[in-house]
Amino acid sequence: MSARNIGIVYRKELTEALRDRRTLITMVVVPLLIFPVFSVGFGAAIAALIGKAKEETPKVMVIGGEGAPTVLGGLKKVPKIQIVPLEANWKDQVVNKQVPVVVEIPEGFERNLAEQKEQSVFIHDYEGDLKSETAKDKVEKYFNDYRDSVVKDRLAARNLPVSVLKPFEIKPHNVAPPEKSGGALFFGGFIAYIVVFLCLNGGMHPAMDLTAGEKERGTMETILSSPISRTHLVLGKFLLVLTTALTTAALSVVSMGISFGIVNALHTKPIQAGESDATLHIGFGAALSVFIMAVPLAVLFASVLLTISSFAKSYKEAQSYITPLLFIVILPAIAAMLPGVELNLKLALVPVLNVSLLCKELVIGTYHWNYIAIIFASTCVYAAAALFLAIKMFQRESVLFRS
Amino acid sequence: MIEARGLSKRFQDKKRGEIRAVDNVSFTCQPGKIYGLLGANGAGKTTTLRMLATILEPTDGTAVVCGYDVVDQPEKVRANVGFLSTATALYPRLTAQELVEYFGRLNGLDEPTLKKRIDDIFNRLDMNGFRDRRCDKLSTGMKQKTSIARTLVHDPPVMIFDEPTIGLDVMTARTITAFIRECRDRGKTVIFSTHVMSEVEKLCDTIGIIQSGKLLAEGTLAQLRQKYSENDLEEIFVKIVAPDYVPAEAH
Repeated sequence: MSARNIGIVYRKELTEALRDRRTLITMVVVPLLIFPVFSVGFGAAIAALIGKAKEETPKVMVIGGEGAPTVLGGLKKVPKIQIVPLEANWKDQVVNKQVPVVVEIPEGFERNLAEQKEQSVFIHDYEGDLKSETAKDKVEKYFNDYRDSVVKDRLAARNLPVSVLKPFEIKPHNVAPPEKSGGALFFGGFIAYIVVFLCLNGGMHPAMDLTAGEKERGTMETILSSPISRTHLVLGKFLLVLTTALTTAALSVVSMGISFGIVNALHTKPIQAGESDATLHIGFGAALSVFIMAVPLAVLFASVLLTISSFAKSYKEAQSYITPLLFIVILPAIAAMLPGVELNLKLALVPVLNVSLLCKELVIGTYHWNYIAIIFASTCVYAAAALFLAIKMFQRESVLFRS
Repeated sequence: MIEARGLSKRFQDKKRGEIRAVDNVSFTCQPGKIYGLLGANGAGKTTTLRMLATILEPTDGTAVVCGYDVVDQPEKVRANVGFLSTATALYPRLTAQELVEYFGRLNGLDEPTLKKRIDDIFNRLDMNGFRDRRCDKLSTGMKQKTSIARTLVHDPPVMIFDEPTIGLDVMTARTITAFIRECRDRGKTVIFSTHVMSEVEKLCDTIGIIQSGKLLAEGTLAQLRQKYSENDLEEIFVKIVAPDYVPAEAH
């Protein structure tokens, strides 16, 4: 084994890669931009939209209400609600999002209340529309409060305490650390997915360019006529693909740390985290462990990419072989994001899925050392097998001179 | 020196079964001489030369290049060979100098020797004007010079040229033929393949005529003229090849 020759090939491939715009885009630009866009940009945009909807004063139409002057008067006093006159086409106006909600108060509402008759108040809204839902919440809260006050009055009239209706409270209490629950769990899976995806994406173009691309350009025959052995040649190429995959993963992790650092510093809440009090803190240790777990995975990706693309005659053909691989890799990475999919002994042996599931835990600072050992070892075995296959492919004339 | 001994190459094709691209070919090329392998498209010239350059492995037989066996010591053979064909392209994102340096290093040259060798070759081939220009920005002539510099950087005793002038304009082709002559004059063993009769007449000391993977005739131009009672090489070629001729499309 000549490290010198492998080094010569590697240095040359690196020089070429650093002059290739496509490699630089996938290796540097994508990982450095994708996290800020997803976390700071996307998260802040959603937070701003929700905030804006809450700040707005929605228009509310009322159907009926003639027999409910007290209720109507109270509704008019609810802050940030504007009661507008009812129009005949109120339903169309809700559907066309001109009016967010229409409240329907039954006839003789207050008389029925006094007689303790059963009745319903309808809030006609546009389900799923942010503005309509916000307006509905405000109106619903008003009616809930009004109903509670009616109940209290009735109990008081009978000299009964409020606890008659509510003998005890049920209060769920989260004992998981806030940084390891709620939105953080979702983000752990999401980050693992992004790292796995970008790790593959970073190696894709160089792998195709260094094999099928070389065949297409006619440089493969040039290099095969030099004294370097094919094993050294493929190892030099492999190291370059590994470098691009790992650089992409490393930049993803760095970008991830910086982005969430900024998010936390700005006190803006990222996607869905608005529903939980948890803000995501990614420590240096978590980022480093995600990167370490990405190393054998990157070796596996680099070897598989080289093996597949070396079989192709042209860059275009290589692309058509690699695209299905993208789905094969993305699916387990997405599966790892699903709630309820947790690490177990069987899943720890499934390539890609195992690392994704582990990274999900590592990001939130949970270290299952037995799983870390199993997953690291199994991924190393898969990676070694794939590298061996890549070397074998480069020894085959039928592959190198496929026509 | 090159000594081909019963060199054969068979390929398996799913539709056509076994294909004998080169069939039991034997010949010898001497130092300071040019051996021309003359044949139609698909005759087996490229496969023969690729086996000599150890890019392909023979199915049967072998060849000895500079005392090294192509099957047993392929890396040593390649260290003693300069291989040039129109299929041996250049790395587009390297400069002419970086490309030649790369191949010099792969051939085991140390940095001081490499620098001296490159300066010498670049001066000789008048390449200093574009030594720092990327290969994808070079003209065809500049590319050919860079390819020549690549094959010369380790000063190999054996030169293999596979249809080196195909598709080139007259001036660029002349650079190549002049280079082939220079190699012979420096005492190198030269083998080159072509289907251009005039090149063979001008350059070759020995001619081997190949068709359907078989070496059908061999000798100096004078010997072939005498044997086939023809003066024109094209007529001699047709006389030899016609009974075995299979159009290239059939391969």
